[in-house]
Amino acid sequence: MTDVLLDIRDMVQEFPARAANGARGVVHAVSNVSLQVRAGETLGIVGESGSGKSTLARAVLGVPPPKSGDVFLKGTNIARLKQKRMREHMRDIQMVFQDPYSSVDSKWNVSRIVGEPLRAFKVGTREERRKRVAEVLDLVGLDPNVYGSRRPRQLSGGQCQRVAIARALALSPSLIICDEAVSSLDVLIQAQVLNLFERLRTELDLAYLFIAHDLAMVKQVSDRVAVMYLGKLCEIGPAEDIYRNPRHPYTVALLNSIPDPDPSRPRVKIDDQISGEPPSPVNPPSGCRFRTRCPRAQEKCALEVPVLQSVGTEHSVACHFPVGSENAAVSEGVTSGSVSVNTSNDV
Amino acid sequence: MTDKLLEVKDLEVRFRQGANSVYAVNGVSFDLDQGKTLAIIGESGSGKTVTSRAMMGLLPNTAVVHGSVKLNGKELVGLSEKEMLQHRGLDLATVFQDPGRSLNPTMKVGKQIVEAIRLHLPLDKKAARERAVELLGLVRLPLPAQRFNDYPHQLSGGMRQRVMIAIALACQPKILIADEATTALDVTTQAKIMDLLIDLQSQFHMALILISHNLGLAAQYTDEVAVMYGGKIVERAGTKELFSNVLMPYTRVLLDAVPRLDRSAHDSLPSITGGAPNLTSRPTGCSFMPRCMTATDRCREQAPPLAEEEPGHEVACWYPLHDHAALDEVGT
Ligand SMILES: Nc1ncnc2c1ncn2[C@@H]1O[C@H](COP(=O)(O)OP(=O)(O)OP(=O)(O)O)[C@@H](O)[C@H]1O
Ligand SMILES: Nc1ncnc2c1ncn2[C@@H]1O[C@H](COP(=O)(O)OP(=O)(O)O)[C@@H](O)[C@H]1O
Ligand code: SF4
Ligand code: SF4
Ligand SMILES: [Mg+2]
Ligand SMILES: [Mg+2]
Repeated sequence: MTDVLLDIRDMVQEFPARAANGARGVVHAVSNVSLQVRAGETLGIVGESGSGKSTLARAVLGVPPPKSGDVFLKGTNIARLKQKRMREHMRDIQMVFQDPYSSVDSKWNVSRIVGEPLRAFKVGTREERRKRVAEVLDLVGLDPNVYGSRRPRQLSGGQCQRVAIARALALSPSLIICDEAVSSLDVLIQAQVLNLFERLRTELDLAYLFIAHDLAMVKQVSDRVAVMYLGKLCEIGPAEDIYRNPRHPYTVALLNSIPDPDPSRPRVKIDDQISGEPPSPVNPPSGCRFRTRCPRAQEKCALEVPVLQSVGTEHSVACHFPVGSENAAVSEGVTSGSVSVNTSNDV
Repeated sequence: MTDKLLEVKDLEVRFRQGANSVYAVNGVSFDLDQGKTLAIIGESGSGKTVTSRAMMGLLPNTAVVHGSVKLNGKELVGLSEKEMLQHRGLDLATVFQDPGRSLNPTMKVGKQIVEAIRLHLPLDKKAARERAVELLGLVRLPLPAQRFNDYPHQLSGGMRQRVMIAIALACQPKILIADEATTALDVTTQAKIMDLLIDLQSQFHMALILISHNLGLAAQYTDEVAVMYGGKIVERAGTKELFSNVLMPYTRVLLDAVPRLDRSAHDSLPSITGGAPNLTSRPTGCSFMPRCMTATDRCREQAPPLAEEEPGHEVACWYPLHDHAALDEVGT
């Protein structure tokens, strides 16, 4: 496979917890997840809150390290390194969080915030660092002469998020993890920041792990998309495939819960797609974790854990009864283009 | 004479800040019939929340309110807090974004509903309790009688928002205002709460005002849409009409900037630079002028009034977009 940058293998992350009845238990935050991010690509991760997206990202960075599993960064298993050696590798992965204001130090000015990673890693001379700060501020579209001396509270949300992105770029990483990085921004600013991510990806050959709960937004920037539910990977595949031909019932529910900004398209009743509330991660359901809410669940789903299986080129799903398998001949065998699931983006 | 359920006319809200003022709402007019749903959309700071809070009489005392808000013909602007209490919760109720902060963390959720009921209705404790359990069932909280005794932290975000809706519905209001009520929730939970809200709205024939950044919600769940910018309504039309025949340049930009599933991955999103207007002075001219591609000197000097451009479709712009389309066609 071409140029795997980050290779997560069989990652498990658990936390001690108390169950509702007071008994001691374990939060199964991430359970046996394997994922790869290739150089220069964007892998989107979607799933509802509590599905383990942030935990996975933090375990990659080793804060805290995963309970088990391996994380290879450019071939080195960083999950098995000592703290000190780990830190050296961490230059290559940077993170951008949801709330721009709380992720930067409110007392510092923009230049100092952006230059902080350079100082921490003792990069270059003072003058070289100053130059680099100006360079990355330019990259994110902030004039260093205008914004360099401002404090976070003198910036708009979008500008502050640009500062956080500039800081992430300072050490020239190969991978940026965006955890809900545009979720709290207004649509127009959100579009600007998403476009900025795209521009940086092509200009700097960056790879992204792009975490968000809105599939429409994730699809906008992703080459491939991974869907998580209650700590498990449900489905992974090329962004277009996931959208046109979703195979996991949870992916279908996620897609149908995005309100279509075209009022002439009918809305889907969501209660038919996903019932009830998410179960506790302390005592996840046996077999398939989605079974308590799945409209397709059968007896087998409670007994056997579904494993990830290939259903197409680079497209895999973990489900005993994937959506669309009934008429597999129709959806997979047709080449003439006479049958189309959703052609609205051809126009 | 048949009065409209709600008539808002020339509503202005200014906040005093020392020697300065923030002109948050600058002449908003609209009306709403019983059983109808209206979306108010627009960027952060455009005046959506202040407009709705002015209607509820929920602004701080630094606010100076002018204009008129009539409920069934009765004027609400200028009422005392005591008089307003006869309407708030009874005729007009709200659901806000953050159910965590709106609920009292130290009180059982059932008791909070009982208190809301007894504030307005002459029910004894037992009857109010029965009504509260009934309301929890109505908002489809599983096992309502058991959940009655839960504290807010024992509920998920979606369940807490259901409790907030139960409280809002306690007295069967005529108008329900949902201000970013589902913004903090997951997409699946958001869809469930919206389906619930719209079912209840039609079941009780309430009017619903949906305030949101999410254009998809406006498109899917409302009859009519008002777009706000700089404290004014800049476009208003039936939902289908608005989304298929945008007339105001700002609305166009707003709709185009939304990621949608039918766009291809890596398509760049059309957007504009510049921020929302500075509201510390009363706007002259069109407030969208600094960011508008089609602005002229006229836009700088004169504020375009909100006027009916096509039947049932109002727009505040000197050069509505269909003119451009017509011009283009002539040109080609
Ligand atoms: N108490 C206040 N004192 C001074 N200015 C205020 C006050 N409340 C609101 N404003 C200002 O009024 C304007 C409109 O605010 P409003 O809360 O209505 O925006 P909004 O459209 O609801 O935005 P959002 O989408 O972020 O909720 C903003 O410029 C805001 O800063
Ligand atoms: N430090 C922690 N201690 C205990 N539980 C945790 C901790 N961090 C995360 N969790 C739990 O792990 C699960 C996954 O959380 P998270 O990764 O934050 O989900 P997401 O980012 O997908 O919303 C949740 O049930 C969460 O409550
Ligand atoms: S394995 Fe069964 S319960 Fe799980 S998603 Fe598939 S059909 Fe539904
Ligand atoms: S009035 Fe002028 S500046 Fe305002 S939106 Fe219309 S064309 Fe643009
Ligand atoms: Mg998270
Ligand atoms: Mg608001």
